[in-house]
Amino acid sequence: MDLNYSPEEMAFRDEVRAWLKDNLPDELRDKVVNYEELTKEDLLRWQKITAERGWGAPDWPEAWGGTNWTIVQRHIFEEECGYAGCPPRIPFGVSMCAPVLHKFGTPEQKQRFLPGMYNGDVFWCQGYSEPGSGSDLASLKTSAIREGDSYVVNGQKIWTTWAQHADWIFCLVRTRADFPKRQQGISFLLMDMNTPGISVRPLMLMDGGHEVNEVFFDDVRVPAENLIHEENDGWTVAKYLLGHERLGTGNTGASKREVLRLKELAAQQSKNGKPLIDDPRFRDRLSRVEVELMALEITNLRFLDQMRGGRAPGAEVSLLKIRGTEIQQALTELMLEAVGPLAQPFRSLHATDFDQHTASIAPRYCNYRKTSIYAGSNEIQRNIIAKASLGL
Amino acid sequence: MNFDYSEEQQLLAQSVRQFLTKEYTFAARQAIIESGQGYSEQVWATFAEMGLLGLPFASDGGGFGGNAVDLMPVMEAIGDGLIVEPYLASVGLGGQFIAGGGSPAQRQEILPALIAGRCKLAFAQTEREARYNLAHIACRAEKTDNGYRLEGEKCVVLHAPCADTLVVSARTAGPPTATDGISLFMVDPSAPGVTLTPYRTLDNLRAADVRFAGTVVPAEALIGPAGQALPLIEAVVDYATALVCAEAVGAMRFANDTTLEYLKTRKQFGVPIGSFQALQHRMVEMTIISEQAKSMACLACVKADSADADERRRIISAAKVQIADACRHISQEAVQLHGGMGMTEELKVSHTFRRLTMIAQTFGDADHHLERFAACG
Repeated sequence: MDLNYSPEEMAFRDEVRAWLKDNLPDELRDKVVNYEELTKEDLLRWQKITAERGWGAPDWPEAWGGTNWTIVQRHIFEEECGYAGCPPRIPFGVSMCAPVLHKFGTPEQKQRFLPGMYNGDVFWCQGYSEPGSGSDLASLKTSAIREGDSYVVNGQKIWTTWAQHADWIFCLVRTRADFPKRQQGISFLLMDMNTPGISVRPLMLMDGGHEVNEVFFDDVRVPAENLIHEENDGWTVAKYLLGHERLGTGNTGASKREVLRLKELAAQQSKNGKPLIDDPRFRDRLSRVEVELMALEITNLRFLDQMRGGRAPGAEVSLLKIRGTEIQQALTELMLEAVGPLAQPFRSLHATDFDQHTASIAPRYCNYRKTSIYAGSNEIQRNIIAKASLGL
Repeated sequence: MNFDYSEEQQLLAQSVRQFLTKEYTFAARQAIIESGQGYSEQVWATFAEMGLLGLPFASDGGGFGGNAVDLMPVMEAIGDGLIVEPYLASVGLGGQFIAGGGSPAQRQEILPALIAGRCKLAFAQTEREARYNLAHIACRAEKTDNGYRLEGEKCVVLHAPCADTLVVSARTAGPPTATDGISLFMVDPSAPGVTLTPYRTLDNLRAADVRFAGTVVPAEALIGPAGQALPLIEAVVDYATALVCAEAVGAMRFANDTTLEYLKTRKQFGVPIGSFQALQHRMVEMTIISEQAKSMACLACVKADSADADERRRIISAAKVQIADACRHISQEAVQLHGGMGMTEELKVSHTFRRLTMIAQTFGDADHHLERFAACG
């Protein structure tokens, strides 16, 4: 048993670190570590920077710009990016739609869509959830009826992250409603967000942020050539996409950064004339999260080690998602409590002398409630583990 | 990076498991714990034959030169099978003091006998007021002309009733909590002035309170330099803590496996109770906790022999926090999901519950190690 990276892996880590040091723009990092909202330009800019280095889409096939990294290298890259404070990769194009195109797309479709994703020229979003279809995705109702060379789309998507920025959307739509099973009759369709009949309405969240939206489709005519894979067999695509989602890292890199930040913060706050970090009650709670994070890092490495032989990730991803998000949430909660009464100020009414950083902590806590809900709620993840690894 | 056990480690673990599955059945274990000695000489002899007793000791003394990771699969098997023989006390504690601090003569006297199964050891450290503070030692050793005279009492000395030699911590100088002035001695438990009050522990081990009243030991009984034993005690207890973490992993794995099996076979309302989501999610939580605990046990064993004492302390305490919490959670849930049957003496899970309950506060509970972890920065 050896828990250390190999010399080659260490060298790779150093290479990534050095590159991030030189290429992650300060203004982007500052926004990330200070919990400021990133603009469309910020997000695309980071994709462009990674693309210039040839690291724009590590897990793509090499012919399309993939890096052919080992699973450990990919993990190291994600960890280092998280720890350094990089903007999140916009997942919808590079990590979600692209694998589908690689697997199911025609040569024309690949040529048409992949370069824009890689180079950060086109901003993608994902149209899966509907008001009546959350965890139960196969119940979706948005219809796409074939008329000549087009589909006519009607319906509504919800929780569409960054739809306000998006140039394109990939959607699951219902092309036939009369199959015996609901999983049948679904298709995977790409749409230009500028198509007449598509409208976006913001869903403002309790932290004041604009991340998610409702997207309405009102007699939207979509060229039939934008269909991926076969009509009515989109569920196969959806399942592939779920299964393909590469091993999440549980965001341990970013959480390690947050632990350091929390320690700084707790050292600055005082309680009974002493630094809050020396308060045993507070410190115990912080230590428990630190220990859980330490364990998750090792658990993550154990799973990577098991997958080196090429075994596809299974229910492990669910475990990492559950614990990773619990840790992220616990850290935002401790930060909220660390600043005590100063958690209350939210928005300045005058431009002067307002501690914007402290004011960002409580909204961050609110915002991070999302992590146990999105990407398959933690309850759904538990269902997956119960079924897939416990056989219940 | 590689989390697999080596081929040698796997083979050994396999033969240990085979032996225990065949010879250490639940019924066999019941007979052992109800016997007068409370352990089996035959099992101990087999451990010696299999080389388990020499695993971590240097090869020039007849051992196999293994590290804590080599012991990990053995400890997991011990946790799984709820082995009551004094393996941790002899190999993980007593023998480590001799190997780490003993003179060549002491090593020669003890280690070959230990490895051959002819010498069992126990560590007499805890005192009634000490809680988990390793420096809290009131028991005194007064220098005499040609040795030392011990005075004082140790409590809950695990496996003292079967020990051939006790490793005793006592104060040769300083007040009861000073870090300096602590010394270690090899003491024959049958020597004049040594009184054992033996009992069975909740988890069916044998232990004793040990009183020293003017017990005379020769100068050669001193292990390492006089008054400077605390770093060695800390290092050995950390090492043993890593091992008990691995034992807990084995016990928790059994608890989870048997609970999962029960959820699949026990029927109520005409269906297996494992079809209920409320129970499924609890079983999943137990699984996650067990994986996280296993990770920390690996980390603890890898760092258990680390020369960097600060790093070792931090990692061992982190692991023990995780393991202590996991022991509590998994043992309680395993009993709950078994319903009334989980409470009974006749189901192994209730024995695993008791062992996990005790491991959670062996060598320090979660609070103790949270404090120690925080002190490491």
